[in-house]
Amino acid sequence: MPVIQIDGQEYEVEAGQNVLQAALSLGLDLPYFCWHPAMGSIGACRQCAVVQYLNADDDRGRIVMGCMTPVADGAIFSLEGDKARGFRESIVEALMLNHPHDCPVCAEGGECHLQDMTVMVGHRDRHYRGKKNTHRNQYLGPLINHEMNRCITCYRCTRFYRDYAGGTDLAAMAAHDHIYFGRHEEGVLQSEFAGNLVEVCPTGVFTDKTLVKEYTRKWDLQSAPSVCTGCAVGCNTMPGERYGKLKRVHNRFNAEVNGYFLCDRGRFGAGFVNSDKNLEFPGLRLTDGRFDALDHHAALMRMTTACHSGKVAGIGSPRASVESNYLLRLLVGAKNFAPGFSDAEQPLVELAFSLQQNSPALTPDIQTIESADAVLVLGEDLTNTAPRIALALRQSVRNKAYEMAAELRLQSWQDAAIRNLAQTMRSPLFIATTANTRLDDITEDRVSLSPDNIASLGFAIASLIAGEPVDEIDQALLRRAEVIATALRGAQRPLVLSGTSCGSAVVMQAAAQISQALCKADNRSMLSLVVPEANSLGQAMLTGATAPTLSALSKRAAAKEFDTLIVVENDLYRRGPKEIVDALLANIPNVIVIDSMDNPTLSASSLALPAASFAESEGTLVSMEGRAQRHFPVFVPAHERRSSWVWLLACMKELEIEEVSNLHHFDDVTRACASQIVALSGITGAAPDHHFRNVGVKVPRQTHRYSGRTAMHANISVHEPKQPTDEESPLAFSMEGLNRSQPGSLLPYVWAPGWNSNQSLNKFQSEVGAPLKGGTAGARLLLPTAGSVNRGMHKSNFTSAKLQSGQWIMVPRYRIFGSEELSAKAPAIAELVDSGFVEINNVCAQSLGVIEGDGVELQRADPQVQSDMLKAPVATLQVRINDTLAEGCVGYSAGLSGTEDIIVGEPLALQKAQGWQRPSPQIIGTDGGSNV
Amino acid sequence: MWTILQHSFTASETVEYPEQQPYLAPRYRGRIVLTRDPDGDERCVACNLCAAACPPDCIALQQGVREDGRWYPEFFRINFSRCIMCGMCEEACPTNAIQLTPDFEMCEYNRDSMVYEKEHLLISGTGKYHDYNFYRVSGLAINGKDKGQAQNEAQPIDVKSLLP
Ligand code: SF4
Ligand code: SF4
Ligand code: SF4
Ligand code: SF4
Ligand code: FES
Repeated sequence: MPVIQIDGQEYEVEAGQNVLQAALSLGLDLPYFCWHPAMGSIGACRQCAVVQYLNADDDRGRIVMGCMTPVADGAIFSLEGDKARGFRESIVEALMLNHPHDCPVCAEGGECHLQDMTVMVGHRDRHYRGKKNTHRNQYLGPLINHEMNRCITCYRCTRFYRDYAGGTDLAAMAAHDHIYFGRHEEGVLQSEFAGNLVEVCPTGVFTDKTLVKEYTRKWDLQSAPSVCTGCAVGCNTMPGERYGKLKRVHNRFNAEVNGYFLCDRGRFGAGFVNSDKNLEFPGLRLTDGRFDALDHHAALMRMTTACHSGKVAGIGSPRASVESNYLLRLLVGAKNFAPGFSDAEQPLVELAFSLQQNSPALTPDIQTIESADAVLVLGEDLTNTAPRIALALRQSVRNKAYEMAAELRLQSWQDAAIRNLAQTMRSPLFIATTANTRLDDITEDRVSLSPDNIASLGFAIASLIAGEPVDEIDQALLRRAEVIATALRGAQRPLVLSGTSCGSAVVMQAAAQISQALCKADNRSMLSLVVPEANSLGQAMLTGATAPTLSALSKRAAAKEFDTLIVVENDLYRRGPKEIVDALLANIPNVIVIDSMDNPTLSASSLALPAASFAESEGTLVSMEGRAQRHFPVFVPAHERRSSWVWLLACMKELEIEEVSNLHHFDDVTRACASQIVALSGITGAAPDHHFRNVGVKVPRQTHRYSGRTAMHANISVHEPKQPTDEESPLAFSMEGLNRSQPGSLLPYVWAPGWNSNQSLNKFQSEVGAPLKGGTAGARLLLPTAGSVNRGMHKSNFTSAKLQSGQWIMVPRYRIFGSEELSAKAPAIAELVDSGFVEINNVCAQSLGVIEGDGVELQRADPQVQSDMLKAPVATLQVRINDTLAEGCVGYSAGLSGTEDIIVGEPLALQKAQGWQRPSPQIIGTDGGSNV
Repeated sequence: MWTILQHSFTASETVEYPEQQPYLAPRYRGRIVLTRDPDGDERCVACNLCAAACPPDCIALQQGVREDGRWYPEFFRINFSRCIMCGMCEEACPTNAIQLTPDFEMCEYNRDSMVYEKEHLLISGTGKYHDYNFYRVSGLAINGKDKGQAQNEAQPIDVKSLLP
C-alpha cells in the first residue's frame, strides 16, 4: 500500500484512491461538493483543493484537486497549508455569491452540506457588491421541491439523474452563469429514483416535498433503523418521526443492499403510516354492522374465547414480519395456516425459494448484481417490481467501461473520462418480457414474448450452454438464444434474473436451468429471483411447500371445519376473487383481523385489532436475496395499537399454550422461530438482541440536539412524562446513549461533529464508500449449495395453454406507484397512481375496434359451459395501446383498482365496452414555481 | 466595622416592590413574545433554531406552509415553568421574531397556566427591532414578493437566452 505524507504526517492508504477519498477514509476533514462515493469524481466544484509538493525540497507546492489526484507512494500533500485553505475559502465564497440567504425557510437547513462546508472553511462575509442572480422554480411533481436559487452548480443532480439512474428529463440548461438545473418545462420528474436528489444535492435545491409541508429539522426527528416494506429488495431505511407522525424516510447505507440510494416507492411510500384510516382501538362488530370500540383487555379476552374451541384457522401475510407469522402458525397449527398469498402466487413463491435453495448458483446481493458483466432478465419488469435492482443493472452494464478503463490504467473514479472513453459500449444486458421495460435503453436486445415463449427461449439458452440439443423453436428465437448463450458463456460473472411477476413457473425454471448450465460449464453464475413482497421469501421459508392455499382453507371453511379465523396484516380481497373471499369470511363465525389500517377484510371482521405499522413495531423480514433484516419501532404506537406479535403472544399466553410459556420478549420469539424452522435458523443474526449495549449504553433514537422535550407534551400536562422505555431492543427512545461504531443493523441516524448532513456517513464507514464500521446489516439465509449441480434437467416439458380465438393471455403490468398495497395509500404517491387499465397491442386493438381511452370488458368463459355465449364479465377497464406487447398477450394494471379479479396468466375474452365514458384529459397542477 | 458603618450612609438600592416599580432596560430578559414584521405579518418562520438553542428544551413548535408561501408555526408553545429566561432563543432567531421583554410578573398558582401557546405569545407590534423583515432580505418567493425582489437581487434569469 502506498504511503503518502499529509501535513508532515505519513499515512498508509489504499492504492488506486484519490487524495480526497484517502483523506476522508483517514478521518481527516477535507471539504468537497461534487465528488460522491458512488458516482466518482469530475472536479467540477474545486472545493477539495489541497497543496501537492513535488518533493521534500519543494516549499511552494501547487494547488491540485484532491478528488482528481491519485495517491502515489511518497507523494506529499498539505490540507492545512495556507494556500489550500485560502483557496477553499474563496471557492465557497464564490459558490455562495447568489445564495438567497434563506436557510431558516430551507428544508435542507440543519443537514445541509453547504452549511457544513461553509463552516468548515471558515467563510463568513460576502465581499461581492453586485446583485444576486435569481431563477424561477419549477413544479416537479408531488414528491420533489425545487428552489433553484440555492444551487452551487456542483452537477451532482444531473450526474445522478442522467448518468447514474438513466433519467432524461432533468438537465443542466442555459449558458454561463445562467446555468439552470431542471426540466425543459414544468412537470413531474419521470425517473423512479428522482427522490435520491434530495440526498444527492448538497444544498436545498431539491428537497422532500412531503416533508416541507409539515417540516421538522433533522435534529428533531426520532429515527430508528428500518427496512423498506415496498418490495422484496429490502432496502435499509431511516424513517424519522416527530409528534407521532412519520415525517420522512432517508436512506440507511448498506454496502451490500441499497448502498446510497432508494427508489421513490420506498422513500415516499411510507406516508401510509400517518393515514387517517388507521385503526386506533380494537373494534367489536355489533349486529347492525357497526363497530364498537373495546379496550385492550376486553379485546384480548374476546380473542382468547374465540380461540378456545381449537377449531382455528390462520392466514398470515407476506407483508407481516416473520415473528408475527410464526406465532400465528404456532397458534393455529401448520395445517390450518395459510401464508396469505393468492392461489396463483403461492406455488410461485415456494418455487422461487426452492430453486434458489437448491441452486449451485450464487444468490447475489445488489452489490454483486452491480458487478455482473452479462445479464439476462426473463419476464421481470424490474423497475416496477424490484426498482432498486433496475438501478443496479444500470451500473452493471458499465462494467465494460471499467474494463476498458482498466486497460488504459484509468482509475475507476475518473467518471467523466471513463464515460467519454466508453461512449455507448456496455456490458450485455438481455431482457425478454411480455412488453417494454424502463431498462430498454441500455439493453443489447429486448424481446417481447408471451410467458411460455420466454420459457422456451430460456430452455433453448440453457441447452445451448450445456451443449445439448435444442428443442424445436422458432428460428428467430433460436438465433436470439445463440447470441445470449454466447454472451453469458463468455462472461466472468453472468447473472440470470427472473421472478414471479409474470405468473409463470416455467419461466423461473428456465432461468434456474440457465444458471445451472452455466455453473456446470465453469462453476460461475448468479441466479436472482424476484418475489412480490417484503417478506414473501420469509413466508415461503416458514411454511415450506405444503401450506394450504387460500381456496383450500375456503373449502374447509365451507365444510364448517373452523369456528374462528385469524387474519394478520392481510387484505384478502387483494389475494383472490371476491366470491371466494366472501364465502371464506361468511363460513367462519368469528373472523379476527389484526391490521393497522382499514381495508375491506378488516371491515368484514367480527373483531378488529389495531396492529402497529412497520414504523411502530419490530420485526424480521426476509428479502428476495434471503437476507433476514430487522426493523425497529421508530416511535411508540398511539392508543391501543400493538405489534401483531404482541397481540398473538398475549392471546397464546391466555390460552396457556405450552410452547410460548417461556417467550417474553421479541427476541424470544425470534429465537424460538429460528430453532423450530430450519430454513429460518439464521434470523437471530439479523440484529443484536435487546441485551446488547454499545460500550455499556443503548443506542439513542434522538439526536443530542433533540428539542422541545419539556414543551411538546405540555399542552396535555405540564408534568413531563417519563421517556418511554424500549424493552425489546438495544435502542432507546431518548437522546441518551452512543450512536457510534455500533453494528450496522442499529444505525438510527448519521451525525458527526462538523458534519450535520447525510455526508457524515463517511465517519461511520470503515473507509469512504465501504461497509459500515460496525458491519453490514442483515443475515444471509440462502447460501449456494456447493457443487451439487442437478443433473436431471427437466427440459421444456411443459405444454402451453392453447388459446381459443378471441382470447388473450392476461399478463400483469406493474406500476412502481400503485401496484403495492400500502405505499399506494401514501398521499403523495396516491397523486401519481393511475386508475386501472388494460394494455393491448395494435393487432388486438384493431380486432376489437377500440382506440386509446376506450373501454373494454374482460370476460371469463364459464368452464362448465362450452359455449361462447356464456361468459362472465371480470372487469371493465380503460384501454391503453402499447404496441410492444407480445403477440397474444394483454397487459393489465396489477394491483391497481378494478383489476382484483383478474388471475395472472388466465386466458380472457375481450369485448369493446358499451356506454363507456372516455375520461377527460388530466390537468396537472402547477404552483407557478413561486412558492415554498 | 468601619466598612459596615460606611454602608449605613450610602443610598439604599432596595425598592419597595410592588408599590414602587424598578426601571428595567428594554433588553431585560423577562416574558417572551413573538413579534410581527413591519408589515404586520407574523415574523416567525418556524425554523426551529430557538427550540434547538433552548437549554431546558421548553420551546416546541410545528412548521406549516401558508397559502401565500410563507413558513409559519402551526403551533408555538413555550413552557414557562421550565424557561430560565436565558435569552438564547432570541439570540438564535434569524428573523427577530422571538424577543424577551422586561415583564417578569408572570406567577401562577397552577403550573399548567405557565404553558403559553402562540395566541398568548404573539403580539401585534415589532418589539425591540422595528425594521427587520426576513422575507424582504431572503430569496424565498412569497405572494407579493417575487423572485428578484429581495435584497440585492437581480431580475430572474431568462434561461432560454444565450446573451451574456
Ligand atoms: S441550501 Fe443550505 S445553505 Fe442554502 S439555504 Fe438551504 S440550508 Fe441554507
Ligand atoms: S441542483 Fe444541487 S446537485 Fe444540482 S448542481 Fe445545484 S447544488 Fe449541485
Ligand atoms: S427497491 Fe423496494 S425495498 Fe428498495 S426502496 Fe424501492 S420499494 Fe423499497
Ligand atoms: S428562531 Fe425565530 S423564526 Fe425560528 S422558530 Fe424560533 S421564533 Fe420562529
Ligand atoms: S469535490 Fe473535488 S472538485 Fe468537487
